[in-house]
Amino acid sequence: MKVSLFISCFNDMLFPQTGRAVVSVLERLGHEVAFPLEQTCCGQMHNNSGYGPEATALMRRFADVFADAETIVCPSSSCVVTVRVAYPRLAAATGDQQLIARIADLGARTFEFAEFLVKKLGIEDVGAYYPHRVTYHSTCNSLRGLGLGDAATRLLSHVRGLDFVELPRADECCGFGGTFAIKNADTSIAMLTDKLAAIRGTQAEICTAVDNSCLMHIAGGLSRERSGRRTLHLAEILASVEGGVAA
Amino acid sequence: MTSAKDTILGRIRQALVDVPETEAGPEAWRFRQRSTEDHSALLDRFTERARGYKVRVERATRAEAPARAARILAEAGLVRLALPADFPVDLAPEGFDLLRDDGLDNATIAACDGVLTTCACAIAETGTLVLDHGVGQGRRKLTLLPDYHLCFVEASAILGLVPEAVERMQPSVAAGRPLTFISGPSATSDIELNRVEGVHGPRTLVVVILDEAFPNETETH
Amino acid sequence: MSVDSPGIIVERAFPAAARDALRDSQLRRNIGKATNTIRAKRKAVVAEMPDWQDLRDAGYAIKRDTLRHLDRHLLALEASVTAAGGTVHWARDGEEANRMVGDILAGHQAKEVLKIKSLTTDEIGLNGALSARGIEPIETDLAEVIVQKGHDRSSHILVPAIHRNRAEIREIFKRELPDTEHLTDEPRDLADAARRYLRQKFLTVPYAISGANFAVAETGSVAIFESEGNGRMCLTLPRVLISIMGIEKVIPRWADMSAFLQLLPRSSTAERMNPYNSVWSGTRAGEGPEEFHLVLLDNGRSDVLADEPARDTLNCIRCSACLNICPVYERTGGRAYGSTYPGPIGAILTPQMNAPPSPADSLPFASSLCGACYEVCPVKIDIPRILVHLRGKVVAARGAKTALDGEALVMAAMARVFENPRLYALAHKAAAIGQVPFIRDGAIKSLPGPLAGWTAMRDLTPIAKQSFREWWKARDR
Repeated sequence: MKVSLFISCFNDMLFPQTGRAVVSVLERLGHEVAFPLEQTCCGQMHNNSGYGPEATALMRRFADVFADAETIVCPSSSCVVTVRVAYPRLAAATGDQQLIARIADLGARTFEFAEFLVKKLGIEDVGAYYPHRVTYHSTCNSLRGLGLGDAATRLLSHVRGLDFVELPRADECCGFGGTFAIKNADTSIAMLTDKLAAIRGTQAEICTAVDNSCLMHIAGGLSRERSGRRTLHLAEILASVEGGVAA
Repeated sequence: MTSAKDTILGRIRQALVDVPETEAGPEAWRFRQRSTEDHSALLDRFTERARGYKVRVERATRAEAPARAARILAEAGLVRLALPADFPVDLAPEGFDLLRDDGLDNATIAACDGVLTTCACAIAETGTLVLDHGVGQGRRKLTLLPDYHLCFVEASAILGLVPEAVERMQPSVAAGRPLTFISGPSATSDIELNRVEGVHGPRTLVVVILDEAFPNETETH
Repeated sequence: MSVDSPGIIVERAFPAAARDALRDSQLRRNIGKATNTIRAKRKAVVAEMPDWQDLRDAGYAIKRDTLRHLDRHLLALEASVTAAGGTVHWARDGEEANRMVGDILAGHQAKEVLKIKSLTTDEIGLNGALSARGIEPIETDLAEVIVQKGHDRSSHILVPAIHRNRAEIREIFKRELPDTEHLTDEPRDLADAARRYLRQKFLTVPYAISGANFAVAETGSVAIFESEGNGRMCLTLPRVLISIMGIEKVIPRWADMSAFLQLLPRSSTAERMNPYNSVWSGTRAGEGPEEFHLVLLDNGRSDVLADEPARDTLNCIRCSACLNICPVYERTGGRAYGSTYPGPIGAILTPQMNAPPSPADSLPFASSLCGACYEVCPVKIDIPRILVHLRGKVVAARGAKTALDGEALVMAAMARVFENPRLYALAHKAAAIGQVPFIRDGAIKSLPGPLAGWTAMRDLTPIAKQSFREWWKARDR
């Protein structure tokens, strides 16, 4: 299958290794990956912060860039939720019937990476090897926005050598919430503190998730407290094979 | 001067200009309207759910019920009991000072040790008694002021689900009758979310199910 | 803030109020314990309902349809309540409602009036307005007694004293209630003290005020859901009863109660059914009050109705499930929201009841948009969606001052960068270079200006040397 990768601005600039891991897994599974270079940002931050007009312009741009893409895969559930849930609302607000139809079609072609593997391809074992103790944080967008269910933990369950440990209160927000982390830094940090304590309690080396935005928030706390634990996007675990990462 | 009513209705109509004059109402409900359990299962469920609120639930035939009630009331040390004026004569327990409510004042009712009533129907799923304050059920305050309430419930009046009771009570509500739904003794969780039974209403609620199919000699606790 | 002023006038922006609340270790422990307890209970009583989602759909559909034809249902309610012997009043705002209620009571020379816990009366500051006219309102719900006697404000719509623990409650009661010199801090004992104090009031005060959970247009019936029995006392013993309801509380038919009688208790107190539900229609000879007044209150609700994307806000049946599940509320408690209506529902309802610009404009931003509230809402209010809509309104209202608004400038600049891939690639380079002075040991530990909030407690991932697109282009060659 030909897969168009939407990397997201966030991963592009801060976590390029996640994108490389996605490419490596998809190619290992025999798919052809395309990367439209015109892509930038889906508009999530603008939309969630109340900048609807700016978000609408970025939506139109996204729809143009991916107009011919058969299947779009993105390793960021919050961006996929923006495309699937926020875009139809922004489109509806324009009253432009043609745009509304285009956006509905776009949403049906866009998948989060783990969702694509498990729900679209029906693959749970991608042949990964990762001999570490890992816990999984269900990010709000993947859990409630996407309805990802147990797709990510199924993928992890087939990774050889991986010692999985459940995260208590895994379904609770880590406190990132985009600009919330800055506008309401005190509350955000109070939420993060409890999340870090839960992670510490699992004795895991690695906390994984399907959103680098939340993982960056968690990692910022883990790093500051010198906990000796770190975060890693699910794609990077799935890309790992014996003898090191293939990407 | 425009009246408040006209102003508010005007604002509402202005707010709803986007709504078509005629539009289909909500679609048919898909939630359960009828229980599929058989009646004996309903009696068991009602018993279990009411006991969940710390209600004492017993079963007896109608003939045996007054004596059963008398034992329970005597155990609790009650003497003076209030009754609705039209409380069924054959259900009144013997050996108590029974006060029929033919317009008793509040203080007199509050001074009674307990109150006996029947009910209009009951809900198995939630362990709830429903009173429409008709025959045998008394005025609303009668079941409120005394600290102990014993209610006789006809087995046939125990319905499965909430919607069945709502439907059963439609004529009562349409006739302007008040309703009281009672699920256990009065309670509060206002202090550290710890449930405490008995705040302003009765601290104790006892239910005797009138069940002709029930063997007399069996005591249930 | 005066405890007697209208409860929806926000005086402080959320971040500052939250900062104070977060420092209160006792509050954190009390609220954390309480919300986690009730979450688990709710989960259990909802899980046993095979048709829970169908019930939510029905609750949503009934409310939506009612609101879309609200004028018709209110007129039907007025007619049915009047036919049942009640008197219906219409109040444009809180001040008008307060005056009406005061006039009715003054007409009876009332000196005291019993009250059933009512958010609506808190919203309009009724207690303060009555006190000013020499009529003493007596709260009868246990938690409201704790709040009233503690000269305090509610922090939760269901359990207003959730921020207080037993030791604090004992102190308040010992100070304020009669015969409490031997009071312990056992909840049983505390409840008994309130029972003794109020029993005498119930038997002697002939006037009462309530809110309303539902009012049925078809039959003129009003419904009150409660636990303690203080509601039943106020609804049955007094001679005069005044109920105040927001105009959104009307439901068309008695049959509609079959949905709400299931949705509300399980979402609210997390019980299969709360102990007492009272339903009455107007007045009835020999039974209950001789005089019944129903006040229909607008107080900004028609404005909410007019804003179509936010209209569902009025679906709210005040259950508090969204507060109990909310990770923000769990940590800040209710008073940080500065309103009768805290938590997620407050974050959307309160700003719509405060004229901008106001500190209430900060409330739509007091959320990480985690979506847990929408998941538990029994009437399916998409709170995150409405939060985003309201954020847009705040931003648009500030628009005129954009030139002075740092955030708007940044957002506009970023939008321009994202619109243009060449600028975007340049921006990556500029940022990668610009961040260099801030990097220590491979992480950014301190940032200037508005971004300092991030690095106060968290390191920041630096921008990668080679972006993904650069890697891709290099790989393609």
